[in-house]
Formats: sequence, structure tokens, C-alpha cells
Amino acid sequence: MRALITAVYLFLYAPIALVVLFSFNAGRNASEFTGFSVEWYGKALANPFLITALQNSLIIALVSATLAAVFGTMAALGLERLGSRARAVFDGLLAAAIVVPGVVIGIATLVALVAVFGAINPAIAAIWPGERPPQLGLGYGSIIAAHGLFTMALVTMIVKARIATLGRDIVEASADLYATPLTTFRDIVLPQILPSVLAGFLLAFTFSFDDFIVAFFVAGSKTTLPIYVFASIRRGVTPEVNAIATMVLVASLLLILIARLLMREKTRKSPAGE
Amino acid sequence: MPLTMTTKRRLVTAALLAPASAWLFVFLVLPFIAMVVFSVGERGPAGGYQAAFTFAQYANLPARSAAYWNTLMLAPAGAFLCLLVAYPTAYYLAVKASPRHRLLLVSLVVVPFWTSLLVRTYAWMYILGSRGIPNLLDMIGIADVRLLNTPGAVLLGIVYGYLPLMIMPIYVSLEKLDRRLLEASADLGAKPLSTFFSVTLPLSLPGVMTGVALVTILLLGEYLIPQLLGGGKVFFIGNALVDLFLQSRNWPFGSAIAVTLVAIVVVVLMVAMRIAWRISGTRQVDLV
Repeated sequence: MRALITAVYLFLYAPIALVVLFSFNAGRNASEFTGFSVEWYGKALANPFLITALQNSLIIALVSATLAAVFGTMAALGLERLGSRARAVFDGLLAAAIVVPGVVIGIATLVALVAVFGAINPAIAAIWPGERPPQLGLGYGSIIAAHGLFTMALVTMIVKARIATLGRDIVEASADLYATPLTTFRDIVLPQILPSVLAGFLLAFTFSFDDFIVAFFVAGSKTTLPIYVFASIRRGVTPEVNAIATMVLVASLLLILIARLLMREKTRKSPAGE
Repeated sequence: MPLTMTTKRRLVTAALLAPASAWLFVFLVLPFIAMVVFSVGERGPAGGYQAAFTFAQYANLPARSAAYWNTLMLAPAGAFLCLLVAYPTAYYLAVKASPRHRLLLVSLVVVPFWTSLLVRTYAWMYILGSRGIPNLLDMIGIADVRLLNTPGAVLLGIVYGYLPLMIMPIYVSLEKLDRRLLEASADLGAKPLSTFFSVTLPLSLPGVMTGVALVTILLLGEYLIPQLLGGGKVFFIGNALVDLFLQSRNWPFGSAIAVTLVAIVVVVLMVAMRIAWRISGTRQVDLV
């Protein structure tokens, strides 16, 4: 049993370790470790295409995760106040947003936006007084919208689960003591759900930052970091790709560790358990 | 006129749900309708879409039967292989591991799932590629071994990528197991193996079911693993979709395939839920 478990952990981590190791390889040869060097990190970071892709990914992840955290939390709070039938419809849509494969979300968003832009752009051109009418197109907006769909549903689920563990009595006690609903929310509810909201935000950020397939469809001419990495892999396995991959790994590793710490904090504080 | 309490309450509820509802409607419901509309359309002369009402795209689905075949064979097979590795691991974590190390060990299983699947799959491209294991085998005299771009490589990538997602629900169901049941079984003279098969395994079935359903559903839409480790030889529905939308630009046909993919996911989900209900009450999965 022990041996099996060791093998499983080796299986999970050895491939990652190998990529990290070879990112520090001095030579170009991918199968032979010839010496330690950070040369490839320098090369990668001096690459303007990579930096642009990284910036794009950060902006998209930050905006979509923020919107997802705010709207998702609002939805989780609102759902609780809804009648059972309306809640079932909403829950169904949230489940659909999570279960429908990313590749389909990407396609559906692409098809719908192209149809909408096809109708709107000529209309704008017709009424535009100036020479060059603005053209709506794929880019930041479409990626943020498509990522936000999944991550908003994710945040709603996480925060909803947290709200379900809160005792109603404490909220009622607060109301009995003449706190306004807003005060009760600010002083009682918000502090208790905040760790879940933050964890949801970080997971949303991580998802958006790592997502390839959804962005691949709706990115238009924009390049995100995973799209850049994918294109580099197709050009060939080089130590530079290993360096980029290592940086991507470290970034998402940090984010997920913080998210997990926040979620643990939450479970430790509530005696009711999960 | 002052607002009554109920009106005010309703307004607040509506305001809380408005952004999420709008988002779900504009970026989930509408796109899905658009996709269905495209799927009964025709391909334009320069690719793209031309309005029509025809089921020609659906009639043409057998042209991509290889993608359906690969997906419908390899996704369940991959999920099953995942289960074979995941169950003993989850069992160890929930039952055998010392409580002191349990949290750390569980974290170490979950964390890879939230790191880039692209990078993790790429790592195997590296290992299975000509300069990886085949190169090492060559050194000891076994020449010309091809591992990359085979169904085996895709299955390996699947197990690697989705193992954490399979372990977690099984771990959760095993951890909730009442230890007294195991003791009672032993007290009544059952051997450990028979306790496992008549107590532990049946009680962990909901977790097994959740894990298999989750992994199978995600695998049905998989693109990266077959793309990187199957190299165009072992392709899934996802790969056919990328080809139709981004390379050969046959959007109506691609939309028809996407609609069938959603239908397959829904069927798998419904079967899974039906079985889950039969086994016991539904259980929440801890994805994080």
C-alpha cells in the first residue's frame, strides 16, 4: 500500500519536476542536463510576445475574476431569498455553465458574438458621422465574458455552500437588536463569507489564467499566455518553453495555495464543520 | 409613497440577481440558441454561415465518426483507468494515513488539478517524445519505440490530468464512513477483505459514481490531451470542433457537432444522476 501511494505521488509530481529541472539546463539538448543556468529565463523574459501575452492574461484574469467574485457573491446572497421554483431554474443555469464543456462555451460565444457584431457593425457605420466608424470585435471583452460565465457560477457555488452553513439565528438576533439589514450584512454576514469569496476569486483567477480552450475560440487576434505556450509547443520543445512553463506553474501554484489556506481558515473557524 | 417591506425585499433580491442573470442569459442561453440556429444553416461560399433551415449538417455527422468513436471509447476507458489508480489512493488517504499528515497529503493531490493542464500535458510530451523515454530505451539497445501519438499516450495523459478530480470525491465518501461499522463488521467475524467488499466499497459508491461522472463529462469535451499526446492521430470531438471552427471554417457543421456533444453530456449526466439516486442520496463534491 505504501509503495503504491509513493508511486502515485511520484507519478503526480515527477513530470512537473522534470520540466522545472530542464528549464535550468544550460544546453539546448532536451534529453541531457549539461549544467545549471538561468539563461532561458532571461531569454523568455526578454521576448516581447511573451510579455504581451502575459499582460493580456493578467488583465483578463483580474477583470473576469473580479466580476465573477462580485456578481457570484451577489447571486449567492440573492438565491437564498428566492422562491424554490425560481431558484431551481437559476441553479440549473449555473450547473449548465459549469458542466457544458469549455470547447462548447468557446464555440457558442464565438458564433453568437460574430452574429451580433455582423448585425451591429454596419448599423454603427451607417449612423457614424466621422470617417472611420468603430468596429466591435473579439478580444478582451469576449474572453472576459466567456471566462466569467464559468467562474461566476463557480463563485456562486462556493459562496452558496458557505452561506448554507451560517446559522439563521445569528442574523435574526442581529435584526432583533435593531440592526438594519445593511448593518447586519456588513457586520455579521460579510465577515463570515469573505474567506469563501476570496477563495472563489483566486480560483476564478487561476482558471482564467490557465484556460486555453475557451480563449482559443474567442480571443480574436489577442494572445493569452496559454495560447502563446501552446503555439510555442507546436513550434518545438525548447528550454525556453520549459522556463515559461515553470513560471506558469509557480504562478498558479501560489494562487491555489493561498486559496486553500483561505478555505481552511473558514472550516477551522466554524465549529459546524464544512 | 413609501415602499412596503415586501416590495423593498423583492427589489433587493432582484438587484442582487440581476448581473448574474444577465450574464447567464447573454453569454450562455443566447449563445446556445445561436449555436442551434447555426447548426441548421448552410456553409457560406467563403466559409462561415449562411441562413437556411436544413438538417444536412446533422445528416453529415457520420463523416466525423472517428472523432465520436475515439471520444466515446477513450473517455470512459480513461475514467475507468483513473478510478483504478484513484480508489486505492483515496482509501489510503482516508483510512490508513495518519491524521497528522492527512491534510498535507490531500493538498498534494488537489493542487496539481488547479495548475495548468497545458503545462502538465506538455511534460508528458517531453517524457514520451523521441528525446525522452524512447531515447533512454535506445541507449540500452531497444530501438524505435514510439510512445507519443498513440492511444496509450492519450490514456496516460488522461489519467495524469484527471487523477486528482477522481480521488477527491472518493476520498470524501470514504472519510465520512462511520468507523464503527468497520469495527462491528470485524467483531462479527468478517475478514478484512470481506468487510471491505460488503461494507466499505458499497458505502463509497456515491463518491465513485461522482468521480466517474465528473471525469467522463470533462473528458467528453477534451481537446488538449489528444492534441498534444495524440498528435492528430488520436483525435476527440473537441479536436474536430477546433478544426471545423478555426481551420476549415465550416461553422454550421461544427455547430451541429457541438450540439450533439452537449446532448451526449446531458445523457451521461442524467444516467449518472439516475444511478446516484439509486445508490443513495446525492452528495456534494469538494472540488477545492
